[in-house]
Amino acid sequence: MQDQPTAASPDPLKLVLYIAGQTPKSVAAIENLERICANMPGRYVVEVIDLKKTPQLAREHNIVAIPTLVRQLPIPIRKIIGDLSDREKVLVHLKVGE
Amino acid sequence: MTGDEMGDAKGISKSPTGIEGFDELTMGGLPTGRPSLVCGSAGCGKTLFASTFLLNGAREFDEPGVFVTFEERPVDIVNNVASLGLEMDQLIEEGKILIEHIAVDPAELAEIGDYDLEGLFLRLEFAIDQIGAKRVVLDTIESLFSAFTNPAILRAEIRRLFDWLKDRGMTTVITAERGDGSLTRQGLEEYVSDCVLLLDHRVHNQISTRRLRIVKYRGTAHGTNEYPFLIDEEGFSVLPVSSLGLNHKVYDERISSGVADLDAMLSGGGFYRSGSVLISGVAGSGKSSLAANFSHAACASGGRALYFSFEESAAQTVRNMRSIGLDLQQWIDKGSFRHIAARPTFYSLEMHLAVMLREVVRFRPTLVVLDPISAFIGNSDQLEVQSMLLRMVDFLKSKGITAIFTHLMHSQEGAMETDVGMSSLMDAWILLLNRESNGEYNRELYLLKARGTSHSNQVREFVMGSNGISLIPPYLGGGQALTGSARRAQEAQDRRAELQRHVEMQRQTDRIEKRREKARAEIAALQADLEADEIELSRIRVDEETYVAQAESDLAAMEQSRRM
Repeated sequence: MQDQPTAASPDPLKLVLYIAGQTPKSVAAIENLERICANMPGRYVVEVIDLKKTPQLAREHNIVAIPTLVRQLPIPIRKIIGDLSDREKVLVHLKVGE
Repeated sequence: MTGDEMGDAKGISKSPTGIEGFDELTMGGLPTGRPSLVCGSAGCGKTLFASTFLLNGAREFDEPGVFVTFEERPVDIVNNVASLGLEMDQLIEEGKILIEHIAVDPAELAEIGDYDLEGLFLRLEFAIDQIGAKRVVLDTIESLFSAFTNPAILRAEIRRLFDWLKDRGMTTVITAERGDGSLTRQGLEEYVSDCVLLLDHRVHNQISTRRLRIVKYRGTAHGTNEYPFLIDEEGFSVLPVSSLGLNHKVYDERISSGVADLDAMLSGGGFYRSGSVLISGVAGSGKSSLAANFSHAACASGGRALYFSFEESAAQTVRNMRSIGLDLQQWIDKGSFRHIAARPTFYSLEMHLAVMLREVVRFRPTLVVLDPISAFIGNSDQLEVQSMLLRMVDFLKSKGITAIFTHLMHSQEGAMETDVGMSSLMDAWILLLNRESNGEYNRELYLLKARGTSHSNQVREFVMGSNGISLIPPYLGGGQALTGSARRAQEAQDRRAELQRHVEMQRQTDRIEKRREKARAEIAALQADLEADEIELSRIRVDEETYVAQAESDLAAMEQSRRM
């Protein structure tokens, strides 16, 4: 788990990335997310959950595809599946930078 | 996939589904540790089949199961099966069943880059490990195709999932919606090589029939026919009815018809057990009464009778039979007689057969009555009815059950021609006629055929009284056979003639007797005369002797006096 809190705006962005072990897709997703977040404005929190270690969370959080990025805050929840290889698209779907 | 099949030389092991009929059909159930595909159109019972498989596994075969639902919510699934008498919630509490709801809403998903369904695998694995599952249901995995837009990934993942389940040794049921021109919309049948079942739901003449067909079952000699199945308050049951032959056991045992006079018409005293008896006749000729007599006799001799009526309710039959002295209620109370009433239009022909066979299997009767089979002819064509009867007859024979069929004829003329198709199925045929003569109708019974038994060739008068049915030989003689009041009139006439003849003979006997008495009296009188004559004669003789002696003494005295 890694947290990258940045204190700035009052509306924090909470992201959770679900992966399953160190598969190429999971590793690629983590790297892509790190790259996206590095250039992202505003306050945000990122949590990475490895479902290999905590499979019960897959049920609780209803995760089917791996990797899945969930924007928990602000609501409504948004989900992005895939290795996040298209930075622009990810930003559009996370509705950041508007 | 091919690797482990190579080593599978000893035949595949099977996991029973506990679904009535299905396990017999597949000789054991679904292939253990392999995925089976159940496909069919909407509302044909796929989910119920899968739930029943899982429930029975958990309840009866100690094989816990995971129900993965992609569509319905867990609470809906529990409620759905509860309406069919299956208590899933209790098994869930006991930790024998786990419902894993995988809901994917395409609206809140965006796909960016490469992904897989590892989350699904992890959840499934977690669920399987949680309850130690041996069985898995995936209902309906194809809904993933509407949630994810990349079919290439999905196909690869679904294939991987099936292989993974196989590696884990899970006996899996996968349900899928039927597609146009293919078994499933997404061609899942390509990935399931072991067992594919097709459920169907067809409506013909506004009567629906559910059917099941085994499209593929590797390593099992399965029937390729469509088998009707039933979803009712007792759940899911498949009714295999086609795979029957003519190699059934033959019985020498006789069963009574319940009418002593009828039994007496057959040498050996009754019909053969497990034979099929057709009772045909016009309306009101006593078919049902005779059939009820058969049932009564079966119950009375310690057997069990199952009566399928397509015209009368149970209470009605019981009441009506009381009028001819049959108390069927006592057998109902004892549980040896069961009356099932259903209108012919209630099910399709196939379904009727299926339901009847199921009831036969459950009730295990020694005698089955179908009253009347002609009720079906209005709804279906003759050929179909005949094929249904053939299967019914074969099935009952294979179980050693005697079958009684009644058949309503529309006219007595040409009866033998119209029913000729049915005749070949029947071992015995009782023809009931209702004939008009001299202003009245009289019932007649004729034993048209009885295979393997010599029988009376006579037409008997069939009389139903409050003490039961009796058969009366008709008046024969004078070149005619008379029944009813004509018979009675003729018999009365005969009786009168007989009486007259008797009186006449008596009179003659008396006359001769008197004459003889007279003669005897005359003989006695003559005898008396004779005796009198004899007495007279002996008296004369005595007189003569006395006279001679007197004469001699007189002569001696005379001689003496002369000498002097």
